[in-house]
Amino acid sequence: MSGKPRLTYFDGRGRMEPVRWLLAAAGVEFEEKFLETREQYEKLIKDGELMFQQVPLVEIDGLKLVQTRAILSYIAGRYNLYGKDLKERALIDMYVEGITDLMHMILVFPFSPSEAKEKNIELIKEKATNRYFPVFEKALKQHGQDFLVGNRFSWADVQLTEAILAVEEKIPAVLSVFPQLQAFKTRMSNMPTIKKFLQPGSPRKPPPDEHYVQTVKKILK
Amino acid sequence: MSGKPKLHYFNGRGRMESIRWLLAAAGVEFEECFLEAKDDLVKLQKDGSLLFQQVPMVEIDGMKMVQTKAILSYIAGKYNLYGKDLKERALIDMYVEGMIDLNELLMVHTFQPAEKKEQHFATLVDKATNRYFPVFEKVLKDHGQDFLVGNQFSRADVQLLETLLTAEEFKPDILAKFPLLQSFKARTSNIPTIKKFLQPGSQRKPPLQEKDVEKVMKIFH
Repeated sequence: MSGKPRLTYFDGRGRMEPVRWLLAAAGVEFEEKFLETREQYEKLIKDGELMFQQVPLVEIDGLKLVQTRAILSYIAGRYNLYGKDLKERALIDMYVEGITDLMHMILVFPFSPSEAKEKNIELIKEKATNRYFPVFEKALKQHGQDFLVGNRFSWADVQLTEAILAVEEKIPAVLSVFPQLQAFKTRMSNMPTIKKFLQPGSPRKPPPDEHYVQTVKKILK
Repeated sequence: MSGKPKLHYFNGRGRMESIRWLLAAAGVEFEECFLEAKDDLVKLQKDGSLLFQQVPMVEIDGMKMVQTKAILSYIAGKYNLYGKDLKERALIDMYVEGMIDLNELLMVHTFQPAEKKEQHFATLVDKATNRYFPVFEKVLKDHGQDFLVGNQFSRADVQLLETLLTAEEFKPDILAKFPLLQSFKARTSNIPTIKKFLQPGSQRKPPLQEKDVEKVMKIFH
């Protein structure tokens, strides 16, 4: 046992990517076990490793954590990325939940039928531009600070950075009307732990391709 | 201003019901402002009250909170229903996230098109009895305590009771194979604040009737 957290998931972004981002941003090294076959997945279930028979699974500090939000909340709390009090935590939670709703569209996109894909990109663009990004643009403008909450780096900053980059992969000019978010993106990308994560060879996973989609469909049936 | 939390939603369960349960369980009195028509939602959106233009929204402690999970976490933290440390919180979060997944299945059932209802019902019963209920039956069996986590009443207990009662509305004998969940249900229903919430005249909402589906759809679409 190395003592490092161990992540069990497919070899791709999916629901585990925010966990990789958060651990990396916190400067925490981790190991990964990739699911490649249905047999591996069934064995995990049979061995009682997956509380609700689902991945992501993160083994950390003697816990076998499942449920993405539970995992992320634990990491945020453990590594001081969750604000200084209950009210800051509430703000971080609100921001993170909104971003999660936006990221959900990106998560399911590769699995949508090809004839729906163009429409789905339009939907992502519309929601990002009209519902989600304006909120964070406004927050940054109003307090003029480097970070979203409490003048301190938190889970919300990591989640927003991940979302900005993910949306830009689909809609490259999406930040054109959001100068604060452009500056925020540059600032976050230059933070040492995040800069390292954005370099080739890091645990960051590439955008999902057809092979990833087929692997997931095969394993989860 | 009464100082009591104020809930903004339509007059029905939906995504606000878990919040009503938790406030009631914590012994916190609250007020409700019901959206009756689309105009009511539009008005809230226009006056900037809804961070992501969505309800639920709860005015509490000077904040206008949105995002159900953020609201529930805040209430749980404030009223000491979130365990004694980070690890207990992780366990509570895992349990609650699983229950929320099941609740989601229950909640959307009424909105299924007629031709999909039977299949959906079968899925819901299968997941409840094979994926979720066995987990909590085992937790209670393994530690033999009255509450799910840390021998102390928490939001996980409140969520579990809500889920068990809702599942029983769909299939009255759904707990037949789960004796510990049955006794958990009886015990937890007798906690004074919860007992009060379960009585007629409380702010607990009835299940959504088919005839009301159209009215709800009109508010949100």
